[in-house]
Amino acid sequence: MNGPLLYLPLIPLVPFVGFLLNGLLGRRLPKGVVTTIALVAPLISFVIVLHAALLAWSGSLTLPFIEQNAPSWISVGSLHVDFGSVLDPLSLVMLLIVTGVGFLIHVYSVGYMQHDKGYWRFFAYLNLFLFFMTVLVQAGNALMMFVGWEGVGLASYLLIGFWFWKPSAADAGKKAFVVNRIGDFGFLIGLFLLLANFGTLSFSEISAHLAANPGLTGGVLTAIALCLLIGAAGKSAQLPLYVWLPDAMEGPTPVSALIHAATMVTAGVYMIARTHFIFDRSPFALSVVAIVGAATAIFAATIGLVQTDIKRVLAYSTVSQLGYMFLGCGVAAYSAAIFHLMTHAFFKALLFLAAGSVIHAMGDEQDMRKMGGLRKKVPITFWTMTMAVFAISGFPFMSAFFSKDAILAAAFTSGGTLGRVLWFVGLVTAALTAFYMFRLWYLTFFGETRNHDAHPHESPWVMLGPLVILAVLSVGGGWIGMSRFGAYLAPSVGARPEEAGGSLEYILTGLAVLAGAIGWFVAHRMYHRAKTADGLAATTPAGYKLVFNKYYVDEIYGFAFVKPLLAISKYLLEWVVDFAILGGLAWLLAGLATLGGAILQRWQSGNLRSYAAWLALGAAVLLYFVLGPHTIGTALHLGMAGH
Amino acid sequence: MNSMHMVSQEVPLAWYLLLSAVLFCLGVAGFLIKRNLITVFMSIELMLNAVNLSFVTFAHQWHQVKGQIFVFFVMMVAAAEAAVGLAIIIAVFRARATLAVDRIDLMKL
Repeated sequence: MNGPLLYLPLIPLVPFVGFLLNGLLGRRLPKGVVTTIALVAPLISFVIVLHAALLAWSGSLTLPFIEQNAPSWISVGSLHVDFGSVLDPLSLVMLLIVTGVGFLIHVYSVGYMQHDKGYWRFFAYLNLFLFFMTVLVQAGNALMMFVGWEGVGLASYLLIGFWFWKPSAADAGKKAFVVNRIGDFGFLIGLFLLLANFGTLSFSEISAHLAANPGLTGGVLTAIALCLLIGAAGKSAQLPLYVWLPDAMEGPTPVSALIHAATMVTAGVYMIARTHFIFDRSPFALSVVAIVGAATAIFAATIGLVQTDIKRVLAYSTVSQLGYMFLGCGVAAYSAAIFHLMTHAFFKALLFLAAGSVIHAMGDEQDMRKMGGLRKKVPITFWTMTMAVFAISGFPFMSAFFSKDAILAAAFTSGGTLGRVLWFVGLVTAALTAFYMFRLWYLTFFGETRNHDAHPHESPWVMLGPLVILAVLSVGGGWIGMSRFGAYLAPSVGARPEEAGGSLEYILTGLAVLAGAIGWFVAHRMYHRAKTADGLAATTPAGYKLVFNKYYVDEIYGFAFVKPLLAISKYLLEWVVDFAILGGLAWLLAGLATLGGAILQRWQSGNLRSYAAWLALGAAVLLYFVLGPHTIGTALHLGMAGH
Repeated sequence: MNSMHMVSQEVPLAWYLLLSAVLFCLGVAGFLIKRNLITVFMSIELMLNAVNLSFVTFAHQWHQVKGQIFVFFVMMVAAAEAAVGLAIIIAVFRARATLAVDRIDLMKL
């Protein structure tokens, strides 16, 4: 039976066509055409996804829908990899987020990038990103996922370094690429292990194989899971590979919103949820995921407390929230993690876009200490941002209230001391989150302005429209409720662990809300009533310095990894291998050739008679060898004899 | 020698061939030794005709007309070569005012 016509391959291909058109011709096209191409491409993708979602919702499409007769990509021996798209609840949710939020951010970018001379280039890259991201999400096998994975890394690199004439932006792009490469290496090793042990890379086949062998646990599955975790940690900026994400804020703000908050950085979470059947078989790997997630959440949150650049606060907040998602995955509450992924996509995209609107209003000023009092000047930005701040802080009945609560509850009920510790770390992080978000809120919008040079103005509606839509989603995105969302995702990621239930659930929820309230209260005391921009710095100077310098992690990495690598590159690779061995060989060959030339040159006297002599000699020698001394002798003899 | 079918009873095959070889060697020697470009050129003609002689000899010997046809080709090429060669010699003489082969060495790298 054929399924309904879904046009699934068009979801990635339309943005790709947009990329080709704008990338190749954009320089010569009028701005209106570039804008049209750039906006229509993600819109078509979104409509196709929405159409499929509605069909699935109305029941005329049964999920999971796996594209039959998909064109084959690789068919070598027993290895078969095809291009087929897979549509199941998990990928459908993710596709809706990617294309939906992606489209909104495209619209916003029209306003934000209006005066940039790289306008067409920017949209070409954005469309390219959507192409690879949808390839990643739709992939039915690990190799296609890897293709998308690498591709979004490329798009990320291009967009971080979009203003490549700024050395800081170029460096940030390189840093993101190199750090991601470390993670990708782990992913790749995981792929090889999968191939070696299962003989296939198809998710459904591996899942079926595991289901048929219930006894298969630990061992090589742990190794595979840990390799995949390294990949996920690289892409999703988890400890110890998180360092690239804060620097990635060098890119334009819409990029930070789309790639470095809402979609690409959540690919690691998506990948773990997608391969959950492997992680489920390795309790050890799951614990590692949970610990990495919780550690990242609190670690990044503490750094976020003291950042002064508005985008960097949000960047560390993203790292921290991704840590929550990993924590959710680590306690096998994949649906809760995806739930938080979704709400986070809404409110964090909104936070970034609103921050972009603020930056726009302030004339490209990003330092919060030079802002203040913007509440009246940019009212719509203020109100949408307020929604996002309340949402991320877990204010009751806002989106993150549901999703964060689900993760914390799952951590608490996952059992053992570890579960309690993870829950407590998550709870403290919730308080820290509320603190740094309200700090940002107060510093930016309240009090008196601390910068009298700027003349803030509200952004155009092409930027405010997406803000309003995202604000609605940030508030209401969680109302679907965890139990319904979890039940919906269950076919893809398995049923979530048992709920806390009863009074325990209410207590946990109450504590989470209380943590957020404490964070808000402290921020209010320090930044609203005290009316100063450096409340924390005054209280604990030594600790402030440590945290302000991001625990010196960049310096430690620089000393432990970058410097030795540079030294090896310089002294061993450049001097010994390149200069001495390779260069020496090249010089040796060149010398031999020169010497041979000098010898042979004497032959070329330019004297006609010497050439002729050599020719005659050569002919004689040739004749001698062809006929042989014997034949010549015989011929002479015969000639004489004839006489 | 009995197995060979001889056309001429008086002059054996080897004599023709020896004459051809002697003429050819004279041509080679002249080519190598003489300094004057005209003489060198004539030596080439001598070599060509030495070869022609052996062609005709064998054609006669084996009753094969191909050899004779080949001689016509060689003569034709020789004529063309003479025309081109003499033109070159004249051009060289005009340019260098000499025909001494060992002084025409500008093609040296």
